[in-house]
This record gives sequence, C-alpha cells and structure tokens, in this order.
Amino acid sequence: MSNNPFFTVDKISKSFGGLQALKELSFHVNKGEIYSVIGPNGAGKSTLFNCINGIYKPDTGSVKIQGQEITGLRPDQVAAHKISRTFQNIELFSNMTTMDNILLGRHMHMKTGVFSASAMLWKNSFSAKDETEHRRKVDEIIDFLDLQASRNKLVSQLPYGIQKIAELGRALATEPELLLLDEPAAGLTNEEREDLIFWIRDIRDELGITIILIEHNIQMVSEISDRIIAINFGKKLVEGTVQEVTNNPDVVRAYLGAD
Amino acid sequence: MMDFSEIVTLIVRSVETGSIYALVGLAMGIIYKASEVPNFAQGEMATFSTFIAFMVLTVHGAPFYVAFVVSLLFAYILGIAFEFLCVRRAKNPTILSMIILTIGLQMVLYGLSGWVFGTEQRAFRLPFSQFETVEIGGVVISHLGLATIIASFVLMCLIYWFLEHTKTGLAMRASQQNSMAARINGISSNRVVNLSFGISSIVGAIAAMLFAPIITLSPDLMWDPLLKGFAAAVLGGFASLPGIVFGGYILALIENLFGLWFSLEYKSVVAMGIIVLVLYIKPSGLFSKHYQRKV
Repeated sequence: MSNNPFFTVDKISKSFGGLQALKELSFHVNKGEIYSVIGPNGAGKSTLFNCINGIYKPDTGSVKIQGQEITGLRPDQVAAHKISRTFQNIELFSNMTTMDNILLGRHMHMKTGVFSASAMLWKNSFSAKDETEHRRKVDEIIDFLDLQASRNKLVSQLPYGIQKIAELGRALATEPELLLLDEPAAGLTNEEREDLIFWIRDIRDELGITIILIEHNIQMVSEISDRIIAINFGKKLVEGTVQEVTNNPDVVRAYLGAD
Repeated sequence: MMDFSEIVTLIVRSVETGSIYALVGLAMGIIYKASEVPNFAQGEMATFSTFIAFMVLTVHGAPFYVAFVVSLLFAYILGIAFEFLCVRRAKNPTILSMIILTIGLQMVLYGLSGWVFGTEQRAFRLPFSQFETVEIGGVVISHLGLATIIASFVLMCLIYWFLEHTKTGLAMRASQQNSMAARINGISSNRVVNLSFGISSIVGAIAAMLFAPIITLSPDLMWDPLLKGFAAAVLGGFASLPGIVFGGYILALIENLFGLWFSLEYKSVVAMGIIVLVLYIKPSGLFSKHYQRKV
C-alpha cells in the first residue's frame, strides 16, 4: 500500500507575487485515513486545498489521486475525479433551499440534461426515475446529517452552524472518495462540534471516504486524526501520528505555543 | 381625461413595444448574470442575425420558418463563438475591459454588416402584417403586434422553464449565484458562460426580427432598442430576469404616457432619463436585491 498511496502531493509550490505560500510541500494520504493539516494562520493550509481542487494552479509539483495526475485541472474536472470539499467561509447557493443545494451536489451524476423537466409531466419516464433517485439520495444525506428541519428553508436563513453542515451535505452528495474539509468546526458550538466529530468518523467508517482536514481546534484534531502534518510558512514542519506531532518541539513552538 | 378604451389601447401598445425592450433587456441580462458584463454588442449581433434571415428569405427565396431557424442557428453560433474566441481570451479581465471588448465587437459587427449587406434601408417582412388588424375586446391591434406579444411571452416562458426545470438551467442558476461552489460541484463555469452567450444571442435575434418589420432593416436597426433594452434592464434590475421584463413594459408605458402628455418628439429621451434617475435612486434596479459578494 505504501508503494502506491491513494493520494499524493509531491513538491508543490505556489507563490503570489513575492509571497511564497507553499514551498515544495509533499505528503501522501492512504485510503480511508483521516489526515489533518495544522499550522498557524497564513501557513498555507487553505492555499494547499485550493491547489488540490484546482482553484489555484500550483507553480510546480504534482498532485495525484489513485495514480492519476490532477495537477492544474479546473475545479470541475477535479470534481470529476471524486474529490469534494467545503470552504472555510461557507460557499453555498444562498438563494436556494438546503434540499436544492445538496441536489446540486448530484449534478455530475444526473444523466438527463435538458429534458429532465419532463419528469414533471410523465411520472414514469426515464428522467422521472432518475430525478426521484437523486432526491432519494439527497434525503438520505439530510437524514444522515440531521438536517430534516432545514430541508426546505433557504440556506441564507439558517444559523451559521447548520449552514456548515449543509455544505458538508452537498460535498457528500457528489459521492466523493476524497473529502477536503477546511476548518469545519470553526464557529460551531461545543455541541455542534461533538456532532461533527461523530459525523466525520461515520463518513469515513460507513461511507469509506478518505478525509483531509484543516482544523485549528487541536483537541478535535487529536481526537479523530490518524495522522497529522504540521506546516508553517508553506513548508512541512513535521508529519506523523497524533503523539509524534503534538509532542514535537517545533510544532509546540510554532503552533501550540502561540495559543 | 382618457376614457377606458383609450387607456386599454395605451396599455396594449405599451406591452407591444415593451415586449421588444424586454427581450433585448433579457438578452443582456442573461449574459450579465453569467459573467457580470453588460454586452453592448448585443444589438449588432441581433442585427447581423436578422440580415442572415433576410438573405435566406430574399436571395434564396426560402419560406419564413426556414429563414427563422437558420437565423437563430447563426445567432447561437455567433454568440458562442464571440465568447469562445474573444471574451474567454481576455487576460486578467476586469469588468471595464470586458465592456470595452463588447463595444469593440459592436463596432466590428456594425462595420461588417454595412460592408457585407449594404447600408441601405431594406424592407424586412414577417408573415404577420403590420397593417392588417384584429379587434379583441374593443382594442385594435395589428397582426404583427399580436405576434410580437405572443412570441415574446412564449419565449419568456421557455427561458423560465429552462432555468427552473432543466439540469443545465439549474447549473446556470447555481453558477450565477456562486461560481466557486458551482465549479467544485462539477459545473464548468466556462460552459455556463458560453451557453449564456449563445442563448442571449438567440433572444436578441428574435427581438430584432420582431422589430425589423416596424422600421426597416439596416445596420442601425438595433441602436434604439438596445438603448431601451438597457434602460429596461437598469430599471428592473440587471440581476433579476423577471425584473428586466417588467422594466421593459414599464419603460414602454412611461414612454407612451410621456409622448401623450408632453412631447412625442422627445420620447426617446425618457429612456436616458430613466437610466440616470435609477442610478441615482436605486442602482440595483426596482426588482432586484443587491448582492454583496463576500471576498
């Protein structure tokens, strides 16, 4: 397995003008792992996610999933490689309901194009079955994440914590194999965070989805991660198990010490 | 004072002209929603497509529906080609540079249509006469006027249906609301913008073909409707397609009232006045909420 890891990032660099956000950063993630990325603000964590899912093109280096090169692809092409993500500042379709937002996550899986409207007219048509199937999948996700009460509300009217969960739901609807979560617990109450930890475990255990997590809450990271990478100034400080990383003096100085 | 039938007639006339304004405004709105660019080449793109219909009709003697379909096909290709060959190639585009790009294309197409088709005024005829009339409930309306109202209404319903009930329409709405989120869900924003230019060009061409019989076909055909359509879109709010439609009807009504009470000669000034007034009072337009994109 270690010869052929599920997901690899190999020496990627990215700079914005004079600021080098990532410097030859490398790591790999095994299938079914919960892998956390920690580091102080401005360490390059979100830039890393943006380089993986195609919002930025890395200057050099390569990103591969299951041996396939995805470096420099557009976000919609990366999505087709079964990589999904959430954002630090929620990116939802604010004028749509929770249901429609999650349904949009099914977009790639919808077969019927222009004629899906016929679903409204002919109940037994192929596209009607297709549509029903997608709505059923969305309802499964809504049940899974306890979003029933928000199902038909506009997401802009939902509390912050629920919006974060709705965004997670949309990411799940794409049926990813790799899920990138950018500070999913930021701004959540303690209770919501407990739920989130529970769901993240379930996503891995029941759906078999590999997870890369950016998180500031070190307690949460220690609780659910299999391995952790600590980065600072766009470079790898240390990588390893929870014990190895949280006890590393460099990490304590750069990150934990700053708390 | 006006009596009842006069008022109804005024409203019907306004709906008739307003339909054209609404369609031109919609054409601009569709592109604006997808790319935040007001496309000032809209009018010339539509005029050029109408010239194609005219050529198919007169030179090749084809029946009207053939010319109509060929023209719409051409309009679609013109739209997507403009997006693919010009708009997408712009390096580090700002809104201003994109607007200038569309004005550039407007000039190119204007010159080209004069060069290829000639600058003389030509009679463009639809199978609906401007001079034969029907009377419905006491209101006299020309066949052309009735056809214009019905055709625009059907087209608006089609656009609504497309955006609300199809996979592609949903992708377009999603992309307009949050392009980043749409992209990570597998929606190609390039395709959405490209398609928007194509559809918009078709809508513009239909407006031009309905308008051409009223005046005459020449490279100047869409100058005035474009200004009016733009004013309608500003009035209703560029970000709201239903708002643009209402903006078109309201603009036509205001124009007609102005013509009736003040001056027929300066009717065209009304549109300009409305643009300025709306930008002073409610820049996002009457019907659209102003979205502040978070950074």
